[in-house]
Formats: sequence, structure tokens, C-alpha cells
Amino acid sequence: MTRHTLSVLVENNPGVLARVSALFSRRAFNIESLAVGPTENPDLSRMTIVVDAESAPLEQITKQLNKLIEVIKIVELEEGAAVQRELLLVKVRAPLADRTQVLQTAELFRARVIDVNTDTVSLEATGTPEKLQALLAVLAPLGIKEMAQSGTVALGRGPRSMSGAGTLRPVDRTA
Amino acid sequence: MSTTTPVTPAPTPAVQAAAPVAGDVREAPSAAAAVATLGVETTTRTPREMAAEPVTGITGAQSLVRSLEAVGVEVVFGIPGGAILPAYDPLFDSAVRHVLVRHEQGGGHAATGYAQATGKVGVCMATSGPGATNLVTPLADAHMDSVPIVAITGQVPSGAIGTDAFQEADIRGITMPVTKHNFLVTCADDIPQRIAEAFHLASTGRPGPVLVDIPKDVLQATTDFSWPPRLDLPGYKPTTRPHSKQVREAAAMIAAARQPVLYVGGGVLKAGASQVLAELAELTGAPVVTTLMARGVFPDSHPLNIGMPGMHGNVTAVTALQKADLLIALGTRFDDRVTGNLDSFAPHAKVVHADIDPAEIGKNRVADVPIVGDAKETITELVAALQALRGTGPVADLSAWWAQLHRWQATYPLGYDWPEDGSLAPQYVIERLSAIVGPDAVYASGVGQHQMWAAQFVQYEKPGTWLNSGGLGTMGYAVPAAMGAKYGLPDTTVWAIDGDGCFQMTNQELATCAIEGIPIKVAVINNGNLGMVRQWQTLFYEGRYSNTHLSTHGSKADAGTPRSVRIPDFVALAEALGCVGLRCETREDVDATIEKAMAINDRPVVVDFIVGADAQVWPMVAAGSSNDDILAARDVRPVFGENQV
Repeated sequence: MTRHTLSVLVENNPGVLARVSALFSRRAFNIESLAVGPTENPDLSRMTIVVDAESAPLEQITKQLNKLIEVIKIVELEEGAAVQRELLLVKVRAPLADRTQVLQTAELFRARVIDVNTDTVSLEATGTPEKLQALLAVLAPLGIKEMAQSGTVALGRGPRSMSGAGTLRPVDRTA
Repeated sequence: MSTTTPVTPAPTPAVQAAAPVAGDVREAPSAAAAVATLGVETTTRTPREMAAEPVTGITGAQSLVRSLEAVGVEVVFGIPGGAILPAYDPLFDSAVRHVLVRHEQGGGHAATGYAQATGKVGVCMATSGPGATNLVTPLADAHMDSVPIVAITGQVPSGAIGTDAFQEADIRGITMPVTKHNFLVTCADDIPQRIAEAFHLASTGRPGPVLVDIPKDVLQATTDFSWPPRLDLPGYKPTTRPHSKQVREAAAMIAAARQPVLYVGGGVLKAGASQVLAELAELTGAPVVTTLMARGVFPDSHPLNIGMPGMHGNVTAVTALQKADLLIALGTRFDDRVTGNLDSFAPHAKVVHADIDPAEIGKNRVADVPIVGDAKETITELVAALQALRGTGPVADLSAWWAQLHRWQATYPLGYDWPEDGSLAPQYVIERLSAIVGPDAVYASGVGQHQMWAAQFVQYEKPGTWLNSGGLGTMGYAVPAAMGAKYGLPDTTVWAIDGDGCFQMTNQELATCAIEGIPIKVAVINNGNLGMVRQWQTLFYEGRYSNTHLSTHGSKADAGTPRSVRIPDFVALAEALGCVGLRCETREDVDATIEKAMAINDRPVVVDFIVGADAQVWPMVAAGSSNDDILAARDVRPVFGENQV
């Protein structure tokens, strides 16, 4: 299995998320993460979908996605040619004795403190899934009380964009 | 109601493409259209043009009906109910005819049969909740077979959506996986646009069903109407023109092949490409196999036609695919019923795969040359590319291939044995039906043994004469589909070839046929059992006939348990439904009974053909088996091997 990141521009209509997620489940495709948000164009939303697939099923996934009437465009963002980020909010047990260690760890990972009280510290961190995994690994022995993590969002590097001029090459492997 | 302008707006090309071409003149223009014509009128206009007049201050329901008129709808198959009721009021006065079906499933299949027989978009209508959910089966059926239909459903009022209101069902959510697209209309002003988009989506690209769900308050709201609306489908751009480089590459492979097969599917039928297909076949001299969905697209009488492939295809067609060095797959999707075990399907063949749906290419079988495009355009360009090639080199010699094919045809012809118990052979009934009724009629079948026999033993010569539920395998399809087809083609004889199991699922539509003046003919191939399931029980479950006996037979074969009865009596049932009921139990009576049925044209006719319960469909490739393991008949395995190409 290999990880692929698909950036999908869809019409900003109610029900689009249901169509996309239902497609994945009924075609038995594995979805690793999915993030939806607005774009520079209010009529469009962008879905960043991370899938675990071999290349042949990936082609089926993109073709089936393309068949959805409300899907405008799909681009596969390859690892080196795109910036990928996730957002992590994590509440760590931090009694006075451990607090310095928590704060030092946060600094090392460029995480920000967003809430403090006598028992815990809450951190906000962004990064690649790998970086966030590393942060969690360091925090785990201290005691993670609660966490929330977003799906991956990603943008292609360089001056080109999906919707504007000089667009990225859409995923379409047929003629 | 007031008119704003007497000028007839010219329909834009986009909407013309979306609309089916309806009859030009209709008897009764709608009241709304009549009002629209009160101004300065200099030329005669069609009701369709009149319906396109802009109007202000009408209801959403009126806007819906005007939209249907403007898009060229001839008939709607439906049943009213609470939420859709506002639409039925303006429909009462409309030039659009409404056929009151007895069950929404019948309405959906009727729309499908109408669409398959006429090439126009079929329309069905139902109310919210159970009305809408009863359409799910025909929508799924049309989705699998890529049939252009539009379903219009009423929905509970907007404010009640999500409250589990009376007769509420999330039909948009429910039908998402079984429609090409669906809409929930939230504002009456959007109705013309959504209807135009629905017809455009249904009829273009890979056709399919589209559902438009309209809440009751939206139907009752006040709105303005103008036509044509702007279509707003930025993500929908079907590729119809094939890539010329791919076409040239395909042509070169065809020219070089020694054992090619033209593997032709329903897409060729839908593209109206039977003429160019014949040109391509004759130019290449390659054998043609037509799938279950494509029967009729290439004449059965044509010497290049080697018949139907698949689970119950003939030995030559199945084996030709297995031994081919090139498959030219046109508008077909390598369905499991055609390929059998995929890993051993056509192991030596390179594949040219042309389809309008890019997602079908490479889905089941890798294509060496993929071509995305409309079948008609693709085949036309293939013919041109082959003709260009022909100038520079010799045409491949296929005589060795044909010699082999002819040997298979001679050794393993399609045939059947008469039942040992002296009962009527179902295959004989269908063979005689084909011979007497002829190739101009339309044949619609249900699903099961009778469907396979109808695919095997009716001689199809023309496109659009064979309607069946191929992908979904929907029992109960035949009667309502025949009704829709007969409505669309009133001057054509339409026969439903049905089984006793299928017939009991939707025969209530015979009441619709009798009352609405739609005189279809039904041949019930009555073997008293769910025959195909029984056949599998015979072959794979040691003859343990669990729950396949239907007690409709009343013959010797019914002796024992359950009791030897005939429930229902199909002749009496037919009479009760306003049809003529006939029964035929012997070989001697077959021709006379069919002729008698053919002579009745003022009412629907049902013929109860009592046939042997043990007749089986052969040849057969067992589910999941390799096509190489085809059995020509029970325990008869063809021998392929030495001295064969």
C-alpha cells in the first residue's frame, strides 16, 4: 500500500461530502484522511483526501471521483512537489514537576501553548503527519489527556495553481 | 398569470441537446401555453415552443410542468400522493400525458422501457416517502444499464425535512449510489434549471437516471418562468471525441490482428452506431459478438455475427473471446457475466477498449489501447483510420480464424432437447414466437431462464428491439418495460417474454395497459418455478429445491408437495386485469396460440405457456469459473486443443 494525496476541487453544494465519502465506502476504497474547506472561490470547496492504494486502484478512485457531477478537478499532490500539513491540538498532563519538560518539548517542535492550568497544558502544533507523530511520541510518557487532529491539507509547490492559469496536471491516466 | 413577451425565444443548443426530440404536434396545448399565445401570433408554433414562453407569477408546480413541456416530454409514468399533489394540478391541463401506473416500480420501469425503445428520456413521477422509495429499484436498474430516465419526486415541505415527518424519506441520500446525479430543489426559481440539467445529464455522456426531489412548499411557492435556463454544471464535461492518436494505434492493431473479435456492448446501441458498426465489421471481416445488452445492434442474420458471449452465450462466441489475439471492445464493460473468471479471460488477447466512461476503461481488464469517446464517433474514426491504413498495406488474412470459428459453430450449435416428460420445450415457444412475430417487434424480458432463452432464440435484426434488465437483473422488469415501450412505439408490436416468478412481481401494470389503451402482449413462460434458481439447485445443490416452487403450473410436474395447483391461474388473472388470457400446453397449439394473440390489438393479451419445469439454459459457464470451462450442455465439455488456432 502506498499513500497518495488527492486535492479535489468540488462545487460548494450541500451533500457533496456525502457523495464523496459514500463513493469511497461503496467502491471499497480506503480513505486515510479527508479534510474539507473553502477556497479562494466561494463557489468551490477543496477536499484533500489521503488514500492508501496501489497505483491501479488509485486510477479507479480518481476516475470514479471524476464521474461525480459536482467534482470539478482532481490533482494528485506528490510528496516532494507539495506542502502537506496537519493541525494537532493536544492536552498534556503537566504538573509543576513536569511542566518545564512539556514546554521544552513544545519549543523543540515549534508548538504553541494555547491553554494552561494547574494540571495541564494544551498545545497547538502543525506539521507533516510524521512530525506530529514524533511530537506525540515524546509527549505520550507525560500523559496525553485528550487530543484532536485534523486531516491533511496540502498545496502544490511553485507558482501554479489548480484553478488559475498554468494549472497543475490533472490526474487522468486515460487517453 | 400574464405574458411578458409574445416572441418565441429560440432554444439554445445546450438545452436542445438536453431535450429529447418529441413529436412536433400535439392535440391539446396546455392552458398556460394557450394564454401565452393570446398576443401577436403570426406563425404556427409547437406546444413545446409555446411552453417556452416566459411567464411571471406562477406556482413552482406550474413551472415544473412548463419545464417538462419545454424540454419536450411526451409522457410521464407516475402516481400522485400528498407531497407531489401540487404538480398534478397543472399536469391535468398539460400537453404532457400522464399514465397512471399501479405501483411506482412499474412507473420507473415503464420510463426505462420507453427510453430504451425510443431513445428519448423516460420520465416517472412519485410522491415522497414510500412513493419515492418504490422508485429505487427501477433507478438502480436504469443506472446499471445506463438508461436515460428522469424521476421527479415530491418531498415533504422544506421546514419538515429532517423531522421524520409523515411520508418523509431522504430520497436524495437513498438514491445517491444508484443515480447518475440527483437534486433537491430548494427554491421554486431553480425548477426550470434543475429540470433542464436533469435531462441534459440523463441523456448525454454515459446516459443514466437522474432524480429531482422537490419539496411541497417549493411546488406551491410563487415564481417566474423563463426558458431556456442556463445550465450550471462546471464539473460535467463528457468526452465524446476520441483521441485520434489512440484511434490510429487501435487501427494499426486491428490491421495486424490474426484472431480479432469485435466485442460489442450496449454503448454502441445507445450511441446509435449500428450502421457504422456494420461498416467496421465488414471492413475488418472480424467476427462480432453482441453482449446481452447489445442484442439487435448487429443483425443476427449477418454472417459475421457469431452471437452472444457470456455465462449463457454460445460456445463459439465464448471461445472466440478466449482464443482471440485482439479484443476490440466497444461500449462494453467486461462484466463478470461476460468474462467469467477474470484472470483466465481472453488470456492471449490485446485489448482495444473504447467507452464513453473513462472509469470503465481498465476497471476490470487492462486496456492496451484505451479510447474515451462516443461509440459512434469512435467507430466512425476507426473506419476512416483503417481505410487510410488499407491504402498502404494488405488486410490481415482471417481465413484460418474463420475456418476455426466455423468448425466450432458446426460442432457446438445453439440448441435444446425436448423435455423427457413430454412437456412443452420453452425454447421452442420462444423460437416460434420469434418466427411468427418477426424482427420488427420489440421484445422485453424479465430475468432468469426465459430471459436467456429470449436472448438466445429470438432472432434480433434491428437495434432497440430487445429490452431487458442486464446489469441489475431485476425480476418484474418485463411487463412495465413493455408498457413503456408500447406507449412510445404505438404502431409496433411489443411482446413481454416473462417468467411465472417475474410476472407475479409487476403484473398489476396490465390494469394500466388495459385502461390506458396500451395493448402489449405477454408470453408467460410458466414452468411453475423460479427456474434459474431451480437450475442452480439442480446443478450445484444436489437437486434440493429449497423455496423455488411457485405452484403456478398445475401440471404433472407439480405432483407431490406442494399440492398440484395453479395459483394464480394466469388466464383468469389476465381476464380480471382487463386483458385477454390464453393458455397453451402443447407443441401443436403453439403457433395457433401466438397467431391468436397477434390478432388481438384492442386489449393486452397474456398467454400462459405451460412448459417443462426441468428445461435448463445451456451452454453455461458456472459463476466464477473460467470461460474455458464452458459446458455446451449438461456434462458436455467442448474439446479445444490440438490443431486449433
